[in-house]
Amino acid sequence: MTHAEPLLDVRDLRVTFDIRREGDMPWSPPRLLHAVGGVNFALNPGETLGIVGESGSGKSTLARALIGLVPANGHAIWQDGTDLIGLSPRRMLRYRNDIQMVFQDPLASLNPRMTVGQIIAEPLRTHHPGLSRAEIKTRVKENMERVGLLPNQINRYPHEFSGGQCQRIGIARALIVEPKLIICDEPVSALDVSIQAQVINLLADLQRDLGLALIFIAHDLSVVKHISDRVLVMYLGRVMELAEAQSLYAAPQHPYTQALLSAVPVPDPELERSKTIIPLAGELPSPMSPPSGCVFRTRCPRAQAACAESVPELMGSPTHLTACHFPGKLSEEEVALAVQAEAEPA
Amino acid sequence: MTMIEHDKIKGLSDRMAAEEVRGRSPWADARKRFMKNRAAMVALIVLVLIVIFAIFGLAFAEWDYESIDFMVMGSAATQGMPSLENGHYFGTDDLGRDIYARTVMGTRISLMVGTVGALVAVIVGTLYGATSGYIGGRTDQVMMRLVDILLSIPYMFVLILLLVIFGRRLEMLFLGIGLISWLEMSRIVRGQTLTLKNREFIEAARATGVPGWKIILRHIVPNLLGVVAVYATLLVPLMILTESFISFLGLGVQEPLTSWGALISEGAGTMRYGTIWQLGFPLGFFCVTLFALFFIGDGLRDALDPKDR
Repeated sequence: MTHAEPLLDVRDLRVTFDIRREGDMPWSPPRLLHAVGGVNFALNPGETLGIVGESGSGKSTLARALIGLVPANGHAIWQDGTDLIGLSPRRMLRYRNDIQMVFQDPLASLNPRMTVGQIIAEPLRTHHPGLSRAEIKTRVKENMERVGLLPNQINRYPHEFSGGQCQRIGIARALIVEPKLIICDEPVSALDVSIQAQVINLLADLQRDLGLALIFIAHDLSVVKHISDRVLVMYLGRVMELAEAQSLYAAPQHPYTQALLSAVPVPDPELERSKTIIPLAGELPSPMSPPSGCVFRTRCPRAQAACAESVPELMGSPTHLTACHFPGKLSEEEVALAVQAEAEPA
Repeated sequence: MTMIEHDKIKGLSDRMAAEEVRGRSPWADARKRFMKNRAAMVALIVLVLIVIFAIFGLAFAEWDYESIDFMVMGSAATQGMPSLENGHYFGTDDLGRDIYARTVMGTRISLMVGTVGALVAVIVGTLYGATSGYIGGRTDQVMMRLVDILLSIPYMFVLILLLVIFGRRLEMLFLGIGLISWLEMSRIVRGQTLTLKNREFIEAARATGVPGWKIILRHIVPNLLGVVAVYATLLVPLMILTESFISFLGLGVQEPLTSWGALISEGAGTMRYGTIWQLGFPLGFFCVTLFALFFIGDGLRDALDPKDR
């Protein structure tokens, strides 16, 4: 792991939506939804950071905030010292060339009325308006080849491709401007498993060959384990744990991470039957009024009075950070208690 | 069996080796579906024939639309009936003017009014609605309230005032019809834009930094054109009806120029004197055109419906 200047240094990033209802008066109090609350991480050049968390944990919102699609507060310092948050659209344009995005739904992220060539060329035409048609076409074909598409399909339309191919088109579109960072927002969730592997391996190969940094968002822990150098676990818009992938999967410290990992299916039926899934009581709390202190305390098998009082900071060794007052592996009694509590109706 | 497989493989390999495979655009798909719709195709042919009639019809006329045949003047009911002998194919009106030539002129004016109205609606309405919907927020509110205000004014009243104050000129008629035609269109387009705006491909364009006006022109408008095309074909008959109504009231085009509405109005005034052709011919063209346009609109809607895909 290089410890050079980070490519992107995110400090205390917050995204708050005002979900004022239709018909509310202009002077009525704002109804705030805290989608992302104070996220910190640094991304090194060429590194893959996996972001995991259940639905509604703010993964996608975090990605959209980084690329300026939703307004955010806090700081996201790019390599050259510029804070990307709150940059005017005109000044942000330069950085949009370096940060590209791959979307979740492969077909929906491609304009049905444009040919594949036009779709892939769009970032190039936006960022390098001086290029001639022939140059653009050559680069589009190069990139189609690079992601495993036949270059002679340049005039086809998105609906003529399969889901996996559409995602390759999306990746080619992101690659064409030679970015330094690609944010992948659940790029494989909409694909079936065999295609998932192809797309993930493609991303991993491209990253190795081109020295890209990747932010890889997923809710599938095994997918993230396969591709990531480091993994960031989110819950209700906060970072729970940030660690190197090996360390996180071998010895998760945060109770939430342990519960998540215990739920990952194991391909061996014997093991699958014998393992204990740590149940999480209740539902994800509303992001309109998150719990005081540690946001996970309402569902944590180890929650104590102190958890409600102060927000735990990310602490631990530089390679394994945990935001928990009482980190460490859950003991068997604690797991047994949680299972028992789940079995009894509240 | 093996032969077929062999052919298939060969075809496939040819296709793969081809320099650049041509794609099948959503428009081509829609065209194919439209061509399969028999009613719509017949309607399209009929409409094309009527347009040809409007453009070249005068070449076959023996009389022009404003000169009076003094032989039949005043005795239209007995001598002005349709006949090939005296060159009045559709008969004459009470003044002895040739109905055939006048119908050609009327068709020209009415189709022109319909096309201009629909064109203004398509261009102004689409851009206005797409802009309003895409920008959203307060801008959207202001732009749409403006449309609401304009829609709440009884437009026929305004149009009549306009024609009375500024004189009954053809340009005034175009202007008045253009002013009102885009309002409904902009509402429809705005609604469609709202559903498109949060689609991922728009987000992808925004993420890569494509400027707003380019997103509207490159991503939103092409995806709206289906709805716009359908509504525009339904708008043409509406515009023709509006013009006909105004002409029927006697405020439309100036004599000796004429339109379907004016011809029908004249014909209706004299039908009890036994000169039914004065009403029948213009009315026939009017009805056939309206039916054709409605069928085409219907066919377009079926062809462009994304649910059918």
